[in-house]
Amino acid sequence: MDLDSGTSSTVGARVQAIPGRPAQHGETCKQCHSSGFAALYQFKQQNLPACKPVLTPATVIATFLLMGFIFIPLGLITLRASNSVVEIVDRYDIECIPEELRSNKLLYITDDSISKNCSRFLKVPKSMRAPIYIYYQLDNYYQNHRRYVKSRNDKQLLHGLGDNSTSSCIPLESSGDLPIVPCGLIAWSVFNDTFKFSSGSSELKVNRKNIAWKSDRNHKFGKDVYPFNFQNGPLIGGGKLDPNTPLSDQEDLIVWMRTAALPSFRKLYGRIEEDLDADDVIVVQLMNNYNAYSFGGKKKLVLSTSSWLGGKNDFFGVASLFIGTFCMLISIVFLLLHVKNPRPYGDAMYTSWNKKSSSS
Amino acid sequence: MKRYVYINDDESAHDLYCDNRISNRKYTVLNFIPKNLWEQFSRFMNQYFLLIACLQLWSLITPVNPASTWGPLIFIFAVSATKEAWDDYHRYLSDKKANEKEVWVVRNGIKKLIQAQDIHVGNIVWLRENDEVPCDLVLIGSSDPQGLCYIETAAMDGETDLKTRVIPSACMGIDVELLHKIKGVIECPTPNKDIRRFDANMRLFPPFIDNDICPLTIKNTVLQSCYLRNTEWACGVAVYTGNETKLGMSRGIPEPKLTAMDAMIDKLTGAIFVFQIVVVMVLGIAGNVWKDTEAKKQWYVLYPDKGPWYELLIIPLRFELLCSIMIPISIKVSLDLVKGLYAKFIDWDHRMVDLETSTPSNATNTAISEDLGQVEYILTDKTGTLTENKMIFRRCCISGIFYGNENGDALKDVELLHAVSSGSPDVVQFLTIMAICNTVIPTQSKTGDILYKAQSQDEDALVQAAAHLHMVFFNKSGNILEVKFNSSILQYEVLETLEFTSDRKRMSLVLRDCQNGKILLLSKGADEAILPYARTGQQTRNFIEAVEQYAHLGLRTLCLAWRELREDEYREWSLMFKEANSTLVDREWRVAEVCQRIEHNLEVLGVTAIEDRLQDGVPETIETLRKAGINFWMLTGDKQNTAIQIALSCNFISPEPKGQLLSIDGKTEDEVRRSLERVLLTMRITTSEPKDVAFVIDGWALDFALNHYRKAFTELAILSRTAICCRVTPSQKAQLVQILKSCDYRTLAIGDGGNDVRMIQQADIGVGISGREGLQAARAADYSIGKFRFLKRLILVHGRYSYNRTAFLSQYSFYKSLLICFIQIFFSFISGVSGTSLFNSVSLMAYNVFYTSVPVLVSVLDKDLSEETVIQHPQILFYCQAGRLLNPSTFAGWFGRSLFHAVVVFLISIHAYAYDKSEMEEVSMVALSGCIWLQAFVVAMETNSFTILQHLAIWGNLAGFYAINWIFSALPASGMYTIMFRLCRQPSYWISIFLMTAAGMSPILAIKYFRYTYRPSKINTLQQAERLGGPIVSLGTIEPQPRPLIEKDVSTLSITQPKNRNPVYEPLLSDSPNATRRSSGTPFDFFQSQSRSSLPNYSRNCKDN
Repeated sequence: MDLDSGTSSTVGARVQAIPGRPAQHGETCKQCHSSGFAALYQFKQQNLPACKPVLTPATVIATFLLMGFIFIPLGLITLRASNSVVEIVDRYDIECIPEELRSNKLLYITDDSISKNCSRFLKVPKSMRAPIYIYYQLDNYYQNHRRYVKSRNDKQLLHGLGDNSTSSCIPLESSGDLPIVPCGLIAWSVFNDTFKFSSGSSELKVNRKNIAWKSDRNHKFGKDVYPFNFQNGPLIGGGKLDPNTPLSDQEDLIVWMRTAALPSFRKLYGRIEEDLDADDVIVVQLMNNYNAYSFGGKKKLVLSTSSWLGGKNDFFGVASLFIGTFCMLISIVFLLLHVKNPRPYGDAMYTSWNKKSSSS
Repeated sequence: MKRYVYINDDESAHDLYCDNRISNRKYTVLNFIPKNLWEQFSRFMNQYFLLIACLQLWSLITPVNPASTWGPLIFIFAVSATKEAWDDYHRYLSDKKANEKEVWVVRNGIKKLIQAQDIHVGNIVWLRENDEVPCDLVLIGSSDPQGLCYIETAAMDGETDLKTRVIPSACMGIDVELLHKIKGVIECPTPNKDIRRFDANMRLFPPFIDNDICPLTIKNTVLQSCYLRNTEWACGVAVYTGNETKLGMSRGIPEPKLTAMDAMIDKLTGAIFVFQIVVVMVLGIAGNVWKDTEAKKQWYVLYPDKGPWYELLIIPLRFELLCSIMIPISIKVSLDLVKGLYAKFIDWDHRMVDLETSTPSNATNTAISEDLGQVEYILTDKTGTLTENKMIFRRCCISGIFYGNENGDALKDVELLHAVSSGSPDVVQFLTIMAICNTVIPTQSKTGDILYKAQSQDEDALVQAAAHLHMVFFNKSGNILEVKFNSSILQYEVLETLEFTSDRKRMSLVLRDCQNGKILLLSKGADEAILPYARTGQQTRNFIEAVEQYAHLGLRTLCLAWRELREDEYREWSLMFKEANSTLVDREWRVAEVCQRIEHNLEVLGVTAIEDRLQDGVPETIETLRKAGINFWMLTGDKQNTAIQIALSCNFISPEPKGQLLSIDGKTEDEVRRSLERVLLTMRITTSEPKDVAFVIDGWALDFALNHYRKAFTELAILSRTAICCRVTPSQKAQLVQILKSCDYRTLAIGDGGNDVRMIQQADIGVGISGREGLQAARAADYSIGKFRFLKRLILVHGRYSYNRTAFLSQYSFYKSLLICFIQIFFSFISGVSGTSLFNSVSLMAYNVFYTSVPVLVSVLDKDLSEETVIQHPQILFYCQAGRLLNPSTFAGWFGRSLFHAVVVFLISIHAYAYDKSEMEEVSMVALSGCIWLQAFVVAMETNSFTILQHLAIWGNLAGFYAINWIFSALPASGMYTIMFRLCRQPSYWISIFLMTAAGMSPILAIKYFRYTYRPSKINTLQQAERLGGPIVSLGTIEPQPRPLIEKDVSTLSITQPKNRNPVYEPLLSDSPNATRRSSGTPFDFFQSQSRSSLPNYSRNCKDN
């Protein structure tokens, strides 16, 4: 937008030239040399120098054109970044149920006697550079449900039993007389499928350390808080925790406790710290413990590299291209409109006046 | 009901009547909190917020920390309670000061110094010179041997001149010592607020003059808050005390005025409330259904099989709380703040300071500035408002000889000077009446100059003029008037004063000429009050002509007359007069009737003409405001001809053939009705014609019209854009305002005198001129200005800007609240319709309090057009009058915008932050950042002029958003720990923000540009012209009814014409429908002439720019 600087300067000049300022404003005027008072005076008279942007065709068309020129390349760059990410997604929740039990998934998952072991073979489509992130993905899982998202106690996570008010953990605040550590639905439903990877004959080393945020480990979860009475109640939810490991080292729990905003989310499981070549076959040995069947959820295993933009996400590219094209179109439409139907005031009068003002 | 006051009786009255403790306070220490809370909660908005805040205390349903509502709510309540408490404390302090002031009161026969609050009814109070009167007193003694004392009543009616008060005849001559012991009874009405009447009787007990009932009038009283002046001491009996005094009774806090805009905002709030309820019900049902079908299957949510009885209500209530931010709690605070600033801008405006008296303008009522921009009718007083109220004696006609016609100033007319020096008897008598027939008090200053204290400006002008012509009225001691004429001193003894009332329209003095003992009656008054009572056989034709001529020049005329009374005639009449004066019932009427019996057979001497000049800039102001589509009514107590002349000379009405003035008159009900119907018919015919049609009505006819033909008159009021009402009383002025208000017009009443107070209080906006008639009107008004011409700036600049700014601010407040609320609603669809809040409590609270309120507050500096442009093109005010900038359709635009922006922000944040990035706190901050960026750009796009403050607020606020969030992100205890640092390092965050801003703003920019360029409103056209200097097509069509440019050709009514004019012929009053048709028959291409005449105007303006 172009700024009509001519106006602002005349306003400024006019303030100085107001004739017959009243007596009581005399003091103010005497102090006009001090810019602070002058500014205050201008403020009081609503006369502060102002620039008034004008929507001229040139500025508007140029703005849209510029936005088009920014967004189309941006879209291409982000698409490229997204495409450079290699991602393997494998849905295993159905496949891991033995054929005969597929009609009764609930029985399969609730019956402890049935083995939950399962093997998956993943083919690497392109070569993947380390680090390769391992995620598990849950779909149709409402970690953002109000009842769920509130059911935690941050103080307890950090200080342990020292803080006894666990009312926010409803409906899972205590077992017996003592509060559960860690209390609440989120901790109780912690994800407990496990994965083991091997490529060919050798086992792939999975780094399961540092998967949670450092700030969470240091400042949100206590170093001397132990889950001594976790999952002892009659209701068993998700996984169990090692009672001898402090919460700050229970990284799976920490990751899980960072609730997701969407009903479909991925959480970091670990990292493979060696490159994978194209057409390698990875064997995944997994324990299919977690119940996503009762509510029709999906469980997926994701192996993904990352780019400067993060994981694979075409949205940035598509949206940028869309907006860029839209802006281009708009600017072309406005240009055509302007050429075919010039604005009523954009004629000779305009230019002649402009010359006059610049000379005066 | 009557009140009996026993003078100096220490016991009986104590319990009967209240003591003299004045209390203007609304609250006491004990009842402050409950009463104030009750008052605040009587507003719907506050009840709503309280309900929301209470619901939030229930942790089961609250989405956020209750502090996010309680905080702002308590803040708002604390602010308004503090303001109330502060005002009340000041009232308490001033009451305390008045109550504890020490006064001399007689107790048990001894004069004692006691506090004013301990005065009881019946006490005798002593006042010394310059004392303030503590309660309403009936005078019983004074230092003056004639029993006179002088008081200043400025605090009561704003009049700064001295008024005389006199002790009742019964108390005359009582010794000072005996006054302590005086006993008696005063029979007076129960307390009322009429400060002009006091019809009472007094009877003193023996040993004083026994059993003689002595009548009392307002002249025998001194009222609370007056000051005793020029009198050594005075004493009186307290009759009304405390809050029962006449001043106390008339006090009262006027009803708060509500602007049209506030009403509209309330309406929109109501609509949003309904919308909110619908949303809550839909989501509540959806939530319950989802819970019963889906959530039961989700084992990790652990829904109990059987909930409590109120289970069904929980989800709807949660959504109610989630959506409660739809109605922004900040809007009230923001509006109060900016309204205060609008008022300050008016106070500060140096272009509205009256340079002569250096009175700045003042906005007493800070809440109604927007209404100024929506004014449709201005009802104006004439004297002192349009005119200067500086009376100057200009011309006179003595026994048929005109003086002052040649040079326009009779005082310099050689002929008159000659006549004075030669001692022509008529002229001398004329001057005598000018000098003494009045209530003026001459005072001699130390330098020997004579100063006159006059109640009316006219009398002052006459006395001054007489003094110039060597008839100097130099002393008034009691009943003796002394006049110096050419070095001889003449003395007159005043026998009776027949006072001026607005009904009688004349005043007379009965006096004895001390030189020869003759009794004379001197009268002066309006022509219709004097000329009919002329001596039979006297030709009054001359005088009628003179009055006509003077009136056409816009001069105020008074007729002077006299006659000699026979001794017996006077004595007989005097008895009747006394009797009438002592009646308790209908005294005024009785007195008037008695006066009538002596005021006849008058020898009319001549006519005086006093000029009351128009104020500077009045015609221009009226013309500009008319172009702005504002209709003017003139309500004056003056006579018809004078009013019409003033109206002509100040562009109020146009002369023939452009204008047409219809007259409604008649002496009887039937005549008035016929006249009214005729005028109405003419009006209906002429509304389609490009003609200035106005009607003129006098108080008499108006009375019938208002009482019997209200409907017809209301229709006339709607049809007519201009009206002149003459001879109207203050209550009629108020009634006229009421009629216009009842037709849903925004009215502004402007006046300067005590007679305008009711009209000013009644109107939507009252403007007082702090002028010569005192400050009474200015005090009662919402705005006080020094001169009429400031009205232009007040309406076009301040009113218009206030309207525009509030329109933006209020709609923007809803926009930003709806924006964040829509996002919450969308989020509820992906969170199992369970009522989860995407945003945390801190963000929600700070969003309303900091992030979005600061940028919008600086919109008080926004100017869509420069002041000069607005003044040059006042038609642009139409946008404000018609409410074009704040109405349901503009609001729908903002509603749509917030919906669109919410969709953009929501979709981009959930898609950009999907899968591994979908951490709740991060998504929440991305969405919040998107809202903040969008709102900054929205404010920037809606801002028409950027000053440094706007830049600071808009972009500084954006920086402030990051600063605040970084601080929160640095606190390990907060839920947002490290979130903002983490986000700011991610390229995807910045790309998301960039996408949101572009996607949100580019359609809006495109639409705005398209409208601005191809469907421009008149405001846009002017903006383009102002900034780029292009030519503008005439704005004539902006008005629904265009009006011609009014030309000043009063000159056609020059002085030479009236002399040979038939006195009955009135060129401006064509009251027959025939005349109308005839004059309208001429072809008159108004539209062409309009555009022709405005075009050169425009090119000139552009060059000026």
